[in-house]
Order: sequence, then structure tokens, then C-alpha cells
Amino acid sequence: MIRHILCNFAVVFQNATMTDNIFFKLFTSFFKVGAFTFGGGWAMIAIIEKEIVTKNKWIGKEEFLDLLAIAQAMPGILAVNIAVVIGDRLKGIKGSLCAALGTILPSFFMILAIAIFLTPETIKNDPTLSAIFKGIRPAVVALIIAPMLTTAKVAKISRKTIIIPIATALLIYSGIPYISSPVVYIILGCVGGYMYYVISQHKKLGTGKEDKQ
Amino acid sequence: MNAYIKLILAYLKIGLFGFGGGYAMLSLIQREVVGSGWITSTMFTDIVAISQMTPGPIGINSATYIGYVVGCDAGGMGWISGILGSVLATLAVVIPPYILTLYTGHFINKHKNSPVTKSVFSGLRPVCVGLIGSAALLLINKDNFGVTDFEQITSIIICIASFGIVYFSKVHPILVIILAGFAGYLIY
Repeated sequence: MIRHILCNFAVVFQNATMTDNIFFKLFTSFFKVGAFTFGGGWAMIAIIEKEIVTKNKWIGKEEFLDLLAIAQAMPGILAVNIAVVIGDRLKGIKGSLCAALGTILPSFFMILAIAIFLTPETIKNDPTLSAIFKGIRPAVVALIIAPMLTTAKVAKISRKTIIIPIATALLIYSGIPYISSPVVYIILGCVGGYMYYVISQHKKLGTGKEDKQ
Repeated sequence: MNAYIKLILAYLKIGLFGFGGGYAMLSLIQREVVGSGWITSTMFTDIVAISQMTPGPIGINSATYIGYVVGCDAGGMGWISGILGSVLATLAVVIPPYILTLYTGHFINKHKNSPVTKSVFSGLRPVCVGLIGSAALLLINKDNFGVTDFEQITSIIICIASFGIVYFSKVHPILVIILAGFAGYLIY
């Protein structure tokens, strides 16, 4: 009897560890992302792309870009939103929880430790730390530009459409109130894509009619 | 108790209305926490500096730090009430967008194959590339590239070298961050 229960338990446990494995991997991948994201949400794209698209091949590049668009269109913390959409796409709500926790926990514990043990001044005045960060900050910019170029390839940007990303980037950079809000361009992108579809459908219908005549 | 509720409400607001991620959220956070008199303006600048120095999203960093400060003041149990404040503020800033993002993701996935969804995404993709570009442009400033000529030239070299490594080889970006930190330590 006891052996029977133990055997059952072993099987359940084995199944649990096998399925949990993916959740655990998801958690550790996003833990890495959370622990090495300097300079805000966009800087983590290079790391996420490496972990999710290149290394584990969980999702394709094109789908990655679509998920990025969803995450960006929602309010809240971009890093967490990206984790939520990717985790959910892979393993449902449980997956999104694992990914979100992985992103949040490193900075939560680090800031908590700083709040309890260190004052801001001690870090700011430490010459070693500030030297290290002087090196890291320009590298972060490079870490944003590199995935931008790879995503540009995936988005199939041609000579005709290259004006869209350039105009978007410059207008957001301009800092003019309202015009520099990213939300404007997300809405314009949605409407523009849809209009293009409607117009091309019309053209198809038009040629169809001509053929009949 | 009252202070905890105010804290939760402030971070619910930040989570729900903070569009654009990271630095775009800063002004909203500033208005909520400095405006409430929880911390001074100088302290806020310090928290931003710490957020730049430590990894992690600035929304989480500020919620954890300010939650701790407010909790310590309100709870009367030292660091235990501080940690309670951190947990509450962090959860408040994360949960509403979590639900929204999850719901939207499900909705879009359901209609993934409809021509409307496909056409909307074909319009969004080039915009998304532009958004990433603007993030890079906004970070090329004096805070990140230094003030003196020497600092700026070094920064530009580090930036170009990191770009070359990440774009043309298969090196993990985390390794590039560590290398850049090491270079900074050697140079400055």
C-alpha cells in the first residue's frame, strides 16, 4: 500500500518537475533580463531576443515584434509587460506569472537592500561604482540600436517604408508635447495598416469587376 | 494604515496611466510621490540616479524604494513596515497593467489570423522599429555619455565597439554589459 502511494507520488513528482522545467526556464530567463537591464525597458530587448528567440527558440522574430507592439501599447512598466505577453504566449497565465516575477524580483530585492542598508550618497560617491557605470551607459545605447536593426529586417522595411520608423523616432525625440508621445504613433500605425488593407481590397475588387466586364 | 492606502492608490494610478515605459513614466511618478510630500525633490533625483545604476525597470525601483520610505514612516515597526510598504507599492504598480496586457494579448491571439489583425500589425511593425530608435536617441545625452571631451570620445568608442560585438557576433549581451563595465573601471 505504502509502496503503491510512494510510486504514485514519484510519478506525479516526475511529471511536475518535467513540466515545471519550462516554467523554471522561463523564470530564470527573465530573471537574467531583470538583473541586467540598465537604462529602462528598451535596453532589455537585446537580452530578451537572445534568451527567447535565438537561444531557446520559443517564438519567432516576427511574432516577437508583434508581442513587443502589444506590450508597448499597454500602460505600465514596459519590461513587465513584455514578460507578461511572452510568458502568456508560451505557457498561459502561469507562464506569464513566472516571467513577470523573474523580471521584478532582481530589482525588488536589490532596491530593498539599498533602502535598508545603503543611502543613495554612498553609491553615488563610490569612485569604483561610478567608473563602472560610466562604461556601461554608452554600451546600453548600442544594445538598443543592434536589435533595432534586426527588427527592421523582420519588419521588411523597404525604401518606401523606411520613412515611417525614421519619422517616428525623430518626432518622439523632438520632445514636443503630445507629438512626442509614443501612443500617437501606435494608434497611427494601427489605423495606417488597416487603411492600407482596405484600400488594397478595394483595388482588388475594382480589377475584379473590370475583368467581368 | 491611511498612508498605506494612499501609497497603493498612487501606484495604481502610476501603473494604469504610465504609457511609454521607463523615462516617459518619470514625470508621472514625480508628480505623485513628490507632490504627496512623501519625499523631497532632491531625494527623487537620487532615486532616479540609483535606478540608473542598478538594474531593473525604473517603475519597479521607485515603487520599492518609495514604498519602503513611506512604510517606515507610517507603520511604526521599523524595517518590517518598510518592507510591507515596498511589497504593496510594487504589487500596485504591476497588477493593473498585468491584467490589461494579459487580456489584450489573449484577445489579439484569438483573432491572430483575421486579415484586420494582420493588417494592423503590418502597420505597427515599422512604427515599433521607430520607437526603439527613439529610445536609443533619447539615451544619447550628457547623463550617459559624459560632459568632458575625453568622456564623450571614450563613450562613443565604447558604444561603437559594443554595437559591433552585439550585431556581428553571437556574444551574449550580458557579457557585453560586463565588459563595458570593466572597460569603464580601467579607463576612469
